[in-house]
Parts: sequence; structure tokens; C-alpha cells
Amino acid sequence: MEKIYDVIIIGAGPAGLTAGLYAARDKMSTLVLEKEKPGGQIATTDEVANYPGSIENATGPSLVSRMVDQCKEFGAEIEKDNIKEVQLEEKIKVLIGEKETYKAKSVVIATGATPRKLGAPGEKELTGKGVSYCATCDADFFTDLEVFVIGGGDSAVEEAIHLSKFARKVTIVHRREELKAAKSIQEKAFKNEKIGFIWNSSVKEIKGDGMVEGMVLENLQTGELTEFEADEEDGTFGIFIFVGYLPQTGLFKDKLNLSKAGYILTDDNMHTDLSGVLAAGDVREKSLRQVATAVGDGAIAAIQAEKYIDHAFEE
Amino acid sequence: MLAVDKNNFEEEVLQSEKTVLVDFWSEGCEPCKALMPDIEALAEVYGDEIKFVKLDTTKARRLAIKQKVLGLPTIAIYKGGEKKDEVTKEEASKENVEAMIKKFV
Repeated sequence: MEKIYDVIIIGAGPAGLTAGLYAARDKMSTLVLEKEKPGGQIATTDEVANYPGSIENATGPSLVSRMVDQCKEFGAEIEKDNIKEVQLEEKIKVLIGEKETYKAKSVVIATGATPRKLGAPGEKELTGKGVSYCATCDADFFTDLEVFVIGGGDSAVEEAIHLSKFARKVTIVHRREELKAAKSIQEKAFKNEKIGFIWNSSVKEIKGDGMVEGMVLENLQTGELTEFEADEEDGTFGIFIFVGYLPQTGLFKDKLNLSKAGYILTDDNMHTDLSGVLAAGDVREKSLRQVATAVGDGAIAAIQAEKYIDHAFEE
Repeated sequence: MLAVDKNNFEEEVLQSEKTVLVDFWSEGCEPCKALMPDIEALAEVYGDEIKFVKLDTTKARRLAIKQKVLGLPTIAIYKGGEKKDEVTKEEASKENVEAMIKKFV
């Protein structure tokens, strides 16, 4: 007979791994499905400074690997598969993946969010050719070169500081007149001699043949266009884009209640509008998306899933 | 999978008589490390027709830039000393890499 799990969690970032830990610890049969490698967004984060207990020099990957170990230790299974379709209305939920089909009494959606694109001409073609969304992946290429960071939030400014360890010069390009990042992060950036700023501007176009060679910025107040060209000796420069996130909710469109921006709407106990279907972490509509809030969501979701099962599957 | 570096890239990749697949990666790139087992699995299947190599770009930055690789992961196919095709970043999934390989076997 096909196995029916108590809980299947989609996504092995901090929210999913915490849900896995709590569910397995409560002796529920638990499966965590991840389409790539465990960790979600923090897997590519160099430094996790604001998660309580994460000590100095703790990297995203090291934190994730401890979460994975802890989750497995309590008996959760973690599998790599990409879910293509979900059937969530019935009492037994069905998840169809690339490798297998899975069944469960309850589902926790912890699919997270991915970096938002600018949508500027040239951006897609030159991704991996100077355009990047991952400083830890690509910073090294820009050792002694020039780099532009697009965005003004925590991620943008933190990554600009990280990039300044490699690049000759880092320029933050922001749509507004002031940064949105936390004050403590801003201060670090303002003190950093390698970091400069271009305000009230956005990227109009990215140019280059096989590699970033130029960029056109538009001043949003005056409409003035400014073109930057790569230093002749360098031949290229970096454009790192950190302009927010998009929720990974494509699978759930027309199936669950989503916010206008596409995030899953839940109650305070992580329940979606379908019984036995919960959501946790960045994928959920909420005011703060951090590791600290993701793990809280994950814990609540697992315990609520258990309560739901006890009630719904009562003999 | 053969690990190449800046000293033997010319010989092992550009001068190779066989078609070569190069996995550009680095230790700091988590998506690269997640993808590596898939590339190794593809090497098992297509290894007879295509030579599979990996290049750690942290020790070959200039070489990578010269090859117009400025983002990781990048999986590229070389034939006759030229880069013929590549997939990079989120496009670099096992399925997309395999589809690219099939164009050359």
C-alpha cells in the first residue's frame, strides 16, 4: 500500500526544516520535499547576524546544515523532488512530483520566495554575464572591478558591504532619496569608503555582447538618462540586483487564498483556507520575513497540523 | 569528473578533440554544489560521447571572465576550441543541461 504521511512539507528552508523538526519530534510521519538543496535563501547568504544564537562568523550554509541534521535526527525524511501539481481539496492530499507522487493527511507549504527581477531590457540575457542576484556566488569574479548594487533594502545594502571586500568600487543605485535598510546597516555602508550612492534612479537598460558592458540609468525625478560604460581595461562590471522578492506560489494559484502580491493568506495559526493545508515562512503574507520569523511559523504549523490530524482523522 | 585549472584548460578543453562540458563552480556557490551530483549523474550517461570537466573559478577568475563566464553556476559546452552553448544560474537545472547535451550527441 502506498504510504500516507501525516505531514508533507514543501520546501526545506528554515520554515520547512523547523516544521519538519517539530512534526517528527511529535512522532508524526514526516517528509520534507525540496527541489534544490536544503536551505532556501539563507543557503546563499554569507552572514546571518540577526538570528538569535547564530554566533559570529556563522554562515547561512552552516546554519542550514545544523537545521537539516536536527530535523533528520528526530526522524523526518528529506527528499529532493520538484512538485509539479497539488490536489489539496480532499482529505488525503496528493502531491505530484517529477520523481514520485506523494500522499499526506496534511501539507505545510514552505516554498518561500525568490529574488525579484528588474524587468529591464538586457537583464535576462546578461544574467550570469555580469548581472547577478547572488553575491556569495559571484562576488569573487568582480575582484578589483566596479560593481553596481540595485536596491535600498537590507539585502541590497548588506550585499553591497560584502561586495566592497572584493570590488574596487561599489555604487548603490536606489529609486528613492534614502535607504530602506535598517539604520545599523546603513551606518556601516555610509562609513565604507568604497561605497558610493546614486539616488532617485532606476535601471533603464543593461547592455553588452555576451557580457555586461554598459548600463543606462534613469533619474526618476528629472527623467534624465545617464549611460555607464565599462572601463576599457576592465571590459566589464557587475550589476547585483536586490529589489525584493516574489513568493513561490505558482502551484497554488486558484487553489488557495492569496494576497494581491501572491503571498498565501493564513490565520494566526498558519492555516490556509483549505483544511489540513498550512503555510509557513516567507511564502506567507506577513510583516517581517526573516529566519527568526520563519522558524516560528514552522513550529506553529507543525503543531497545528498535528491538532488538525487528531481531530479530522479521529476514529 | 576531471578537475581542470587555469594551467590545463587550454589543453583539456580548448584543444580537446572531443566535445567538452565544463562545470564552472566554486566552493562559495551553494547552488553549484547542489547541481554537481546531477552533472556527475549526466557524466555517467553521456561520458562516452562528451568529456565532462569542472573548473573552480576562484582559482581561475581571469580565465572565467575571458570565457565570458561571470556568474555561477554555469555549465558550458565546448567544441573545436569554442564555447558553443551554455546554461547559467536558475536555467542551470539537470533537465536544461541534459537538453543542451542532447544537441551535441
